[in-house]
Amino acid sequence: MTALANAPRIDVEALKTRHPSAFQANWRARVVAGAVIAAMLALFVGAFVYFDVPWGRLLPGLAQLAWFVREMIPPDPGGHLVTYVNGLGETLAISLLGTLLGALFALPLGVLAARNVIPAAWLRLPVKRFFDAVRGVDTLIWALIWINVVGLGPFAGVLAIATSDFGALGKLFAEIIESADRREVEGVRASGGRRLAEVRFGLLPQVAPVMAGQVLYFIESNTRSATIIGVVGAGGIGLFLAEQIRVLEWRQVSFIILLILITVAAIDFVSSHLRAAIAGRRSTPR
Amino acid sequence: MSVVRLPDRQLAVVLAAYRGAARAKRLQFFVAAAVLVALIGLSAVQAEVDPKTFFAEIGGFFSYFDRLMTLDTGARVWTDPASWFWSLKRSLRLIGETVLMAYVGTLTGATLAFCLNFLGSPNLTGGAATVFLTRRFLEFCRTVPDIVFASIFVVAFGLGPLAGVLAIAIHSVGALGKQFFETTENIDMRPVEGLRAAGASWIETIRFAALPQVLASFTSFTLLRFEINVRGATVLGFVGAGGIGLDLMEAIRKFYYSDVSAILVLIIAAVMAIDISTQYLRRALIGEARS
Repeated sequence: MTALANAPRIDVEALKTRHPSAFQANWRARVVAGAVIAAMLALFVGAFVYFDVPWGRLLPGLAQLAWFVREMIPPDPGGHLVTYVNGLGETLAISLLGTLLGALFALPLGVLAARNVIPAAWLRLPVKRFFDAVRGVDTLIWALIWINVVGLGPFAGVLAIATSDFGALGKLFAEIIESADRREVEGVRASGGRRLAEVRFGLLPQVAPVMAGQVLYFIESNTRSATIIGVVGAGGIGLFLAEQIRVLEWRQVSFIILLILITVAAIDFVSSHLRAAIAGRRSTPR
Repeated sequence: MSVVRLPDRQLAVVLAAYRGAARAKRLQFFVAAAVLVALIGLSAVQAEVDPKTFFAEIGGFFSYFDRLMTLDTGARVWTDPASWFWSLKRSLRLIGETVLMAYVGTLTGATLAFCLNFLGSPNLTGGAATVFLTRRFLEFCRTVPDIVFASIFVVAFGLGPLAGVLAIAIHSVGALGKQFFETTENIDMRPVEGLRAAGASWIETIRFAALPQVLASFTSFTLLRFEINVRGATVLGFVGAGGIGLDLMEAIRKFYYSDVSAILVLIIAAVMAIDISTQYLRRALIGEARS
């Protein structure tokens, strides 16, 4: 106690003279922050005016929503368990095949978009912009387009996932190749390796695990997209979900949602363990 | 320079070990490849993949794009922009609505996620039960796809952007909440301990110890989410939840080819513009945080 009492006091005045900025309100920053927040709020309120929201429906809608939730319990497959599990299997198949197909097509073009492979900007940038344009169109839009080409069914879903993944993975692959270390390739060349050996022993060990990890991650996140792709008729569990919402069978809706949650959690678990295993195989730290 | 060469007997042992390791790795690779091929075969059956249809119809895919670029008169779309974009005014209004839906939904979601994330980080919240419940709630919000929420809300609130905004907001709470608490979990705890020792309340601790550390990354995550939500909002109209989606679906289903391409061009342009501007803002933000 006495030690604490005798401890030297902090000289606040001296600190104030030494660091004046820490003791003064920064009015300029405050005004700027206030103005930004006010502008954002104004846009927020303006948006609601623009939407022309039927405010009268808000409260009855909330009451109805509460009723839906009460109706959802307990979840019940309503005798369609086999159909739903089959639909879920279709969803998983769509996500796996779609991602792999997208990766297959993204690889060669991703190589073309990498700065260290194609230094010429006039050749590389159009490929990059092309990836951006493909990525800008949502998976569901691609699904509608593919339905026009190959008809309703899961095959259209596979192609839709493949198309939108092609854009996203192509960009990622290019970035992965760009970040590869030159020195390992040069090491192989210095010890007399041919061009093919440079790629096989210098480049591939660096980029393959990262790419495989990304593809796995995409399979995982596409499982989520593939659950809804059926809403437009491109196969999978989404078709049943949309149907049951339309006919207000809330118990079956909640059952399907539960089924989706469990499946997504399981895929997450498997994929994160596999990704850790793939990443762990790179024993040398970078 | 002389290279040290081990005696043959020692070398043989080392080489055998190396070959064993290489063989084990190769075996592992082949097993993984076999499992993958089996899974692909199984999936192909399940997803009714039919290479025959595909190769018969793949020409259809390209001719589809050819038709997208053709007006009803048979001329190429770019020769007559006025009739290509004949509904430009309506489309632009709907794209504006789409972007605003994403904006309002993201802002609402980010605000709620901001409030919840401190409850979901064990270093700032005492109760393990609070952390657990918060995290499960956020997980539920982000795993149920936004279009599912949207189609349920359309039943409750009627057609229109309100359902879409709510769906985007709920999905953003889940997605942002997770990124937020992962950031908050890893903050430097010394300022927090300092404020606690000085007797600050929980709110004061968060305001003066946690907030300055996390605000920049929170803003960056929110901007990224906004970009994702703009893309997602373009399809919420498929279930009647507002935005450009309904017009686009109608054009695709009714084979109004040049309308489809006109709307797609506008969507891609809008998404790219948002992409570029959020990227610019995020770079500016990171630069500010570093200086």
